[in-house]
Amino acid sequence: MGGMLHLVIRNLTRKKLRTFFTVASIIIAFILFALLGGLNRAFTAGVELAGADRLVTQHKVSFIQPIPVAYVSRVQSMDGVRAAAHYTWFGAYFQDPRQQFGLFPTELELLDDIYPEYEIPPEQHERLLATRTGLLVGEAMAAQYGWEVGDRVPIFSTIYPRIDGSYSWEFEIAAIFTGTGNTADEMQAFMHYEYFNEARQFGQDTVGWIVTRVEDPDRAEDIAEKIDARFANSPTETKTSTEAGWMAGFAAQFGNIGLIVRLVLACVFFTLLLISGNTMAQAVRERTGELAVMKTIGFSDGRVVLLVLAESLTVAVIGGVIGLLLGTLFVYGAASALAQFFPGLAMSAGTLGWGLALAVALGLVTGGPPAWRAARLRVVDALGRR
Amino acid sequence: MNESIVQVRNVVKHYRKGREAVEVLHGLSLEIAAGDFCALMGPSGSGKTTLLNLIGGLDQPTSGEIEVNGERIDQLDSRALSRWRSQRVGFIFQFYNLMPVLTAQRNVELPLLLKKMSARERRERALTALEIVGLKDRAKHLPRELSGGQEQRVAIARAIVSDPDLLLADEPTGDLDRDTANEILDLLGTLNTRHGKTILMVTHDPVAAERARRTVHLDKGSILEAA
Repeated sequence: MGGMLHLVIRNLTRKKLRTFFTVASIIIAFILFALLGGLNRAFTAGVELAGADRLVTQHKVSFIQPIPVAYVSRVQSMDGVRAAAHYTWFGAYFQDPRQQFGLFPTELELLDDIYPEYEIPPEQHERLLATRTGLLVGEAMAAQYGWEVGDRVPIFSTIYPRIDGSYSWEFEIAAIFTGTGNTADEMQAFMHYEYFNEARQFGQDTVGWIVTRVEDPDRAEDIAEKIDARFANSPTETKTSTEAGWMAGFAAQFGNIGLIVRLVLACVFFTLLLISGNTMAQAVRERTGELAVMKTIGFSDGRVVLLVLAESLTVAVIGGVIGLLLGTLFVYGAASALAQFFPGLAMSAGTLGWGLALAVALGLVTGGPPAWRAARLRVVDALGRR
Repeated sequence: MNESIVQVRNVVKHYRKGREAVEVLHGLSLEIAAGDFCALMGPSGSGKTTLLNLIGGLDQPTSGEIEVNGERIDQLDSRALSRWRSQRVGFIFQFYNLMPVLTAQRNVELPLLLKKMSARERRERALTALEIVGLKDRAKHLPRELSGGQEQRVAIARAIVSDPDLLLADEPTGDLDRDTANEILDLLGTLNTRHGKTILMVTHDPVAAERARRTVHLDKGSILEAA
């Protein structure tokens, strides 16, 4: 075993530059694989993590069309509804307009009924409810901006000016929440709807969407239909779906991310297959005589196949593992920088597993044809050509 | 006379050249006694290498029988032939055919990779073989760091490391100057006389053939005479 391994290593290092470029191309492909895998996860994380007992009601035409705030109480009164609360996209940024984050005007006293996974210290919760300009922020966001409870911060809206025409809104950091469940997303903030509704220049008494928590998740679809039926034929018809479905629709606005990722990767790996397949074929072709000598001294066809496959697998797996590790580092490095845009940006074990499987498949596919040719090599012909 | 180690009986060998079948050996028969040192001579295209390849189990006859060490190798399949070659026969080529990326010792170890053997045992046996050919001090050298004669010695060490009874040499001095060729022929003679190896050597060189105990002449696929 050790002797064969030595042979594999010596064969791979006989043309160091060629091996280096082959491994480098594989590394780059797998870095791309890891990055796109992380990006795909970021787009679909909301779908995976969404609560099964929550429904989202939005304007039938579009997510950006407002709906009357009065709809909330009507939804709350429906059979099977545990709680309902409304949210609106504020379009917030702090200092840098390129770094928008999710800030949602809502009825803060109802937040726990809808999102019980958010944990707020009781004294901060009291302070939040008592402070009109109070802001509830996630721990990760507070850490990113260096905010502490009691800080007064100006936050800008890209959508809503105040009555005085200013886009700058004053807030006091009243509470910081931590996520205790999977759905927790600490890169967002919540403000009092009352403050927002009274101070904004337009759009009074409207909200962005309603989140409804149902008592029985099995009845979620049924209740969704009833909500939409209730507002049918009104000036503002609604469209209600499960939170997971709503998230999927939201992600789909960017296109079919999964399909795009798969297409890009397919192109990359097809090219890689041609490059490394050609390199492996060339490397084996150059050694036709040596392989013939090995067969002469007793190496069976099977052993020659294993030797060639071991070489291609070693190149592919080394390149794949290094690429996946570097890609993972890049993903985690980018995760904090892009947290407000892609809170779910992370490397999943599934992506790594697929990456490793892909590396093995790449090694087998690129090594397969030259290994097959080596196995079929007739010693007498090959030696006669030397 | 010793018992035959090689028995070739009525061997015919065809090759296909395009649509045409070319008969290279025409019902050839030959016996080589155990412990013999036999030179196989003849002009180019006479079938010397073809016969050597058949006796070495690298090719199969179109018809006829080949028995080596009591085993009918013309009846073995590819896998069994590979195993047989690794155990029963050593090959020496004109151009040495060493692995350029392996040291002399690792080249000699190559046939031992096919045996269940510890790395230490492999190393020891390779060094012993290198000692027999007088190159133990060059064990860590790569082929490009050796002279032609030294490379051929390493190739001979590789051929004997598995301790086969039969050595098949195809023009082993064809790429060497006269002095070096004589050294290699001395070494083959020693392997024959002192270590009891049976040697079948294909050569064009009458001087080399003189070192053998017996010379077989081939022409146009048939044996002319045995001296």
